[in-house]
Amino acid sequence: MPIPSATAAERIRPSATAPELLRNFCIIAHIDHGKSTLADRMLQLTGVVDARAMRAQYLDRMDIERERGITIKSQAVRMPWELDGTPYALNMIDTPGHVDFTYEVSRSLAACEGAVLLVDAAQGIEAQTLANLYLALENDLQIIPVLNKIDLPAAQPEKYAEELAKLIGGEPEDCLKVSGKTGVGVEALLDRIVELVPPPVGDADAPARAMIFDSVYDTYRGVVTYVRVVDGNLNPREKIVMMSTRATHELLEIGVSSPEPVPTKGLGVGEVGYLITGVKDVRQSKVGDTITNAGKPATDALGGYSDPKPMVFSGLYPIDGTDYPVLRDALDKLKLNDAALNYEPETSVALGFGFRVGFLGLLHLEIVRERLEREFDLDLISTAPNVVYEVTLEDKSVVTVTNPSEFPSGKILAVREPMVKATILAPSEFIGAIMELCQAKRGDLQGMDYLSEDRVELRYVLPMAEIVFDFFDQLKSRTRGYASLDYERVGDQVADLVKVDILLQGETVDAFSAIVHKEKAYAYGVMMTAKLKDLIPRQQFEVPIQAAIGARIIARETIRAIRKDVLAKCYGGDISRKRKLLEKQKEGKKRMKTIGRVDVPQEAFIAALSSDGGGGKDAKDAKKK
Amino acid sequence: MSPALPDGDPAPADGALPPSAVEGAQDRAFGVYLHVPFCAVRCGYCDFNTYTATELGGGASLAEYAATALAEVALADRVLRAAGVPPRQGATVFIGGGTPTLLPVADLVRLLDGVRTTWGLAPGAEVTTEANPDSVTPDGLARLAAAGVTRVSFGMQSAVPHVLRTLERTHDPDRIPDVVRWARDAGLRVSLDLIYGTPGESLDDWRRSLEAALATGVDHVSAYALVVEPGTRMAVQVRRGELTLPDEDDQATKYELADDLLTAAGLHWYEVSNWARTPADASRHNLGYWRGDDWWGIGPGAHSHVGGVRWWNVKHPRAYADRLGRGLSPAAGREVVDGGTAELERVMLGVRIAEGLLVDDLPVAARPAVAGLVADGLVDPRAALGGDGPRRVVLTRRGRLLADAVVRALVV
Repeated sequence: MPIPSATAAERIRPSATAPELLRNFCIIAHIDHGKSTLADRMLQLTGVVDARAMRAQYLDRMDIERERGITIKSQAVRMPWELDGTPYALNMIDTPGHVDFTYEVSRSLAACEGAVLLVDAAQGIEAQTLANLYLALENDLQIIPVLNKIDLPAAQPEKYAEELAKLIGGEPEDCLKVSGKTGVGVEALLDRIVELVPPPVGDADAPARAMIFDSVYDTYRGVVTYVRVVDGNLNPREKIVMMSTRATHELLEIGVSSPEPVPTKGLGVGEVGYLITGVKDVRQSKVGDTITNAGKPATDALGGYSDPKPMVFSGLYPIDGTDYPVLRDALDKLKLNDAALNYEPETSVALGFGFRVGFLGLLHLEIVRERLEREFDLDLISTAPNVVYEVTLEDKSVVTVTNPSEFPSGKILAVREPMVKATILAPSEFIGAIMELCQAKRGDLQGMDYLSEDRVELRYVLPMAEIVFDFFDQLKSRTRGYASLDYERVGDQVADLVKVDILLQGETVDAFSAIVHKEKAYAYGVMMTAKLKDLIPRQQFEVPIQAAIGARIIARETIRAIRKDVLAKCYGGDISRKRKLLEKQKEGKKRMKTIGRVDVPQEAFIAALSSDGGGGKDAKDAKKK
Repeated sequence: MSPALPDGDPAPADGALPPSAVEGAQDRAFGVYLHVPFCAVRCGYCDFNTYTATELGGGASLAEYAATALAEVALADRVLRAAGVPPRQGATVFIGGGTPTLLPVADLVRLLDGVRTTWGLAPGAEVTTEANPDSVTPDGLARLAAAGVTRVSFGMQSAVPHVLRTLERTHDPDRIPDVVRWARDAGLRVSLDLIYGTPGESLDDWRRSLEAALATGVDHVSAYALVVEPGTRMAVQVRRGELTLPDEDDQATKYELADDLLTAAGLHWYEVSNWARTPADASRHNLGYWRGDDWWGIGPGAHSHVGGVRWWNVKHPRAYADRLGRGLSPAAGREVVDGGTAELERVMLGVRIAEGLLVDDLPVAARPAVAGLVADGLVDPRAALGGDGPRRVVLTRRGRLLADAVVRALVV
């Protein structure tokens, strides 16, 4: 129940709360399984947000997040709750729900002792949730299984309770049944959190150690860093040290979110809150890093820190070349709030000036691109995403390739490509279709389990390059949208990979170079040359479009020479009309990119790049049906 | 629906010309275009400014048209004098339409007389009228010749019945040899207009049309590729899939066939779409357009050019009559063409004719492009190297088919 009295509330005052009165938990859920609605309901029930101030999905700040119904940035909210006459402070740590942000998820989980496993009672568990559940189990978190949306007519709580029991052990009856929408069962859930989630344990007298689990850039306040104190305590105006960089900052403000920031006198063992040091770039306050006190520093950092590593690269180009400085400024701004974003200037013969940008994954790419377009009013074109390759040359030197056009041309000893471990959950009727797809994508089946009578979990090791191409679209189309996918990096492998170049009248068009498996090179070449043949207007001369591996041509199309380009009519002396037509053509020509002698309208490049190569199209067609 | 007028600046109500229009006027030929905006039937492909009797009424009627047009001739004279343009006799007159021969011969004679009394006609002036093979008689042609018409251009379009049907032309193709003979008997030079690339026209159909035209012994042929303009009935038919347009390759092949047959018959190209037996058979009036001469276009929707000022009249005959009735210029808009725009026009128009452009007249920055055009087979190497005098850009046959690309290459 909500805290009844001020005396009770005093016992859980921030910086002065005994660890046994703290409960740190997170909610693991799939996109649209109702996590945000449930969180909103908790904020309301605990009284930290009144119904009037309640905005739907209070915790998701960014428009894009709200529109997509997903959470990108996690935050923490402190909520008071009383059980059996004892007041408790519950810290709800919001976790990102997507595969690209596994590292951030792992840090959020590391800040908790318990996790609510929230599953849609009409849909059952999804692959990403499963992956995060495994992550939580590895972190020894207390799992509280909860079925949400039990108010839905299609809900099958019994079926999915059994599925959950099978996954995490225990009895189906242990599974709480709630509705974030109506509020049914949410009080019971808050009680259950207090009962089951263990209180944090730490050494109050040891040198301070706090783990950063999120870091957010705010235009007005600079970087807001979210931390979980493990040992000791942090206090305002102290000097703190970031243990990975040894950088020293002053604590300008420290506090808790409830959910608006409230400054406090400090944070003690087990507490969760935010701090502000005046830094302006999230890179100076890195997720996973350990904060300690400069005056009385800890010797060992908390474990688990690693730098975010981009896994997918894509070239981003402004469609209007004069927007290049705008794009540069926009990336600089986004970078302040996105430690995983990195980029370098790049020049493409076909696309002009742009950036090669590294992302955590495809969703990250999509989000960054969308934010650039929406918040900075940019029209962008992106090249097909690619992974990072390690190429060993004859002299044993190793080249890291993040852009296919930079693939070395000399003699190559070996090419290593990154691999992923993929988990696919789907109704069992689709097993054949999924296996067929994974086989075509060079996948290696690791195992298969039935989650319930008609739902199956397939585990594959696949080249990451195949996943970033069009795997997800194809998977969705072959399973009528029922399959869910999660993957994580697992090492790399040597593979028979080649670079396929696309040549226009003998000139390489860098934007279309691709690194593909030898057996798929021909298909890629045929697809790309045919596509470009349809998109590039006829020129005064015949234009061969070729696909080549090194000097060997593997596919060819020809754009026939244009034979007529003249207005044979004079419009009874209407010279102005004809002249204007020519002026327009002349303008059009200016906007064209010239590859060798071939004039290619930018739209042709855009069209060739924006459709997902080959299979993606099938997937889209299938969705329409 | 007729072609949209260009966007331009508003034209002054009195039609007054800026001083720049006067410069060098004495070196430019002066032509008069007389527009007759009437047709018996409107053809499906036509986007010219023309009306059938049922589309018009009131003060814009056919019967009153000659008087209205003559009011613009008088206005033109006032405007040119006021601007200080030295008096020039008409070098050419072109009566176009619409269907000029739908106007009673007496009215055509009246119009011509009006031009003659206002400006005079230069010795040997070329006076052309367009004519529909349907609406001429030996007597009418003789009367036109007597009134000073020297040349007649017949809208033959095709010799093939199904092609004429698609074009919604009503004349009997078998009449062509007769009308040509009547015109020649009346002492007129004769041109035949042909259209190629009509939906459903085969290469053999086109050959038949060319052969039929040549069989008349005609000395001038214009062959235009069919352009389906938006807003025409034919454009609607194409959009609905009732008609299928031939592709540009088909049009190119037909152009080459025309050039082959016409050349073999002793006609020479002197403009991209025009062939004449001798230089004297060429249309001097149309050459004036391409050479940048001055002309005054009389009639609704007519375009004029005087010394870099281009303007166009209001389109509707009723609005046209109304403006003139109030003593105002019928101009709907105009533009003063100068600088790079004038350069573009000069290249765009000049490159279309067989005498071509002087390389020395091209902007310095554009001259290097000539070599590339020669290499691509678009420009005649001999002319470009000055084999016959000053260096010129003269299109090869391939160049004529790609003339717009040549223009884009030559305008920097």
